Amino acid sequence: MDFLNDIPWLLILSSVAKTLFLIFLVVLPLVSYTVYAERRVSALIQDRLGPNRTGFPTSLLGFKTDLQLYLGGLGQPVADAVKFLLKEEFTPGHVNKVYFWMAPVLAMVPALSTLAVLPFGNYMFGQKMVVADVNVGILYVFAIASVGVYGIVLAGWSSNSKYPFLGGIRSTSQMISYELSLGLSAVPVLMIIGDLNLSEAIRYQVENGWLLLPFTDGKLTLREILLWFPVFISFVVFTISMFAETNRLPFDLPESETELVAGYHTEYSSMKFALFFLGEYAAMIAGSSLIVVLFLGGWHLPFLPINTSETSLTLAGSLLGLIHITVFFAKVVVLLLCFIWVRWTLPRFRFDQLMKLGWLYLFEIALVNIFITAAVIAFVK
Amino acid sequence: MSPILFWIFTALMLAFGISVVLNRDPVASALSLVASFLCLSALFVGLDAFFIGVIQILVYAGAVMVLFLFIIMLLDLKAEKRRHFNRLTLVGGGAVAAGFVFELLHVLNSFSMGKNPFPPLGVARLDDVRQVGITLFTQFNLPFQTVGVLVLVASVGVIVLSRRELK
Amino acid sequence: MAYTVRRPNLTFWEKLYLPNIVAGLAITFKHLRKMLAGETKIVMQYPEEKWDAHLPEYYRGAPTLVMDEHGREKCVSCQLCEFICPPRAIRITPGSVPNDSQFAKAEKAPEAFDIDMARCIYCGLCEEVCPEQAIFLRKDYAVTGESRADMVHHKTKLYELGGTMPDLVHKWNPEK
Repeated sequence: MDFLNDIPWLLILSSVAKTLFLIFLVVLPLVSYTVYAERRVSALIQDRLGPNRTGFPTSLLGFKTDLQLYLGGLGQPVADAVKFLLKEEFTPGHVNKVYFWMAPVLAMVPALSTLAVLPFGNYMFGQKMVVADVNVGILYVFAIASVGVYGIVLAGWSSNSKYPFLGGIRSTSQMISYELSLGLSAVPVLMIIGDLNLSEAIRYQVENGWLLLPFTDGKLTLREILLWFPVFISFVVFTISMFAETNRLPFDLPESETELVAGYHTEYSSMKFALFFLGEYAAMIAGSSLIVVLFLGGWHLPFLPINTSETSLTLAGSLLGLIHITVFFAKVVVLLLCFIWVRWTLPRFRFDQLMKLGWLYLFEIALVNIFITAAVIAFVK
Repeated sequence: MSPILFWIFTALMLAFGISVVLNRDPVASALSLVASFLCLSALFVGLDAFFIGVIQILVYAGAVMVLFLFIIMLLDLKAEKRRHFNRLTLVGGGAVAAGFVFELLHVLNSFSMGKNPFPPLGVARLDDVRQVGITLFTQFNLPFQTVGVLVLVASVGVIVLSRRELK
Repeated sequence: MAYTVRRPNLTFWEKLYLPNIVAGLAITFKHLRKMLAGETKIVMQYPEEKWDAHLPEYYRGAPTLVMDEHGREKCVSCQLCEFICPPRAIRITPGSVPNDSQFAKAEKAPEAFDIDMARCIYCGLCEEVCPEQAIFLRKDYAVTGESRADMVHHKTKLYELGGTMPDLVHKWNPEK
């Protein structure tokens, strides 16, 4: 039993703890409440009310009436989850069973895996608040996100039905096209930061001001002002590509209801459908987190002291660590609300318009942007 | 890297590699290849070569194999599924594979370094991304740029060929 | 005849899309803000607030049977409503009024009168066709039940909903 001593137990245990915290205490509740926010905000935008009265169905247990707690419908996600779990797990007879069951998992796992490299907070209990602090952070995110296509392709193909298949095809071509502009628009940011590690990206922004708001460090140099323009362009391109990558409206052609019933998940029901849903929203959260890390300073909030590994062990340090985590997810939530806001404002693109936008505009803009950034970095000190 | 993880991922990689050849369903073959790539990149990560590991996933699993799978699905290869193994190709393929393994073992045994365990790797001064970048842009700048031009010419050629109007 | 729709000539800012997208976002945000501030008039909150007080005179709710001021069933089971009912929601089993009854002059009264409310389309034809003014569409609209059988209104239920409605013509009054 010699090799047991070689295993870095502390590292494994802390990683497991961080993963469990991130997935079960943050991402899954965030996903369900994003769905709730989606329904509520869409309703408010359309002058409706949305789900606002979910109570506890105590009458099912034999009581006379349902217990009505006026939480403003906050119980809705719980009710949705219960509904998904209790619905019939139906597999149509004409599908390719193995791939049909595999697809929802393949759609959800990559979306959750991308969260591994995202630094969601500073130090806490002497631990860096990131599951895997690898030096290829952003490449890892792109790589895993690109694997996420398989779930959708397989769902479309194995359903053995025309609408899911069309949805799968659309999704594949869309994701492959927009990965290019996504990757290229992140390059200027990486050039400025000079590192692929996402913790380093935040450290740079703590010292020099957030990339999109360079005055947050209290001073504004000529270089920062000149660099702001390429950063802003790359922020816009990155955000648009992120919308396309996560299949959000105005780019939700893979599941456009008016043409394809529901796209690649037409044949899915109950928990299998919920996994697709979960994957889509988890991808949205991962995308927003990436935008926060690259452009909006991650967990950093100006005028707040920064923890180190040692100070985080004290009570004040733990509190500060908690505040940093809260700040990070507050920024993510604001971005998610923007995602929702955009969704309920814009109509859907046509497929040729989508491809034209991706290949003829965003791709070129991102390329030229790299040159502009390089010129600014080279000539302005 | 822990030897246990190494053996697990190697075994998985080989198993998926074999399943690429043995599966009659082209989609299953393609997916096995993807799984095999993922295990390979896990091996790279185990050697602290994060960059290569991630690029392996990004390029092969994320882009190349998606297009492969895409085309296989569009072609709907029913005939391929019905075909059985030909005994002659089975024996021939086995013989070639066995010959290759034998050759490999022979070469490894015949030179002195092959018998000793590899000396432990030194701790890198820089992380691998920087290493790759510095090596490419200092020692191999001209070949790198040449390859870049070559790829550009190839992609222009592909577009010209594929956009030719059908007469 | 086919004709070509002229595409509008877009200005540079319109071609850029982004300003228009921002304008659209501003519109949706205005709606969101007005909703949150309570400035938008919203729909009625159904179980708490109800239409009952505002229902117009001509509102057509659930069909009911009525009695006259003497407590006589007005229906003489002529079955005209059963015939005219478009979704065939009405089933009448005719019965006779016993000779020693006070209202023997009417001769017939329904033995059973069922309206399947799962079928009823609230068209009001039964009310229009009734020669005796015995069936009326009242203002009940929340007709619920837990099974199909629950949704069938039997005679007692129909009279309970309908109540009495004094006659204008007294042709069936007991003979003096």
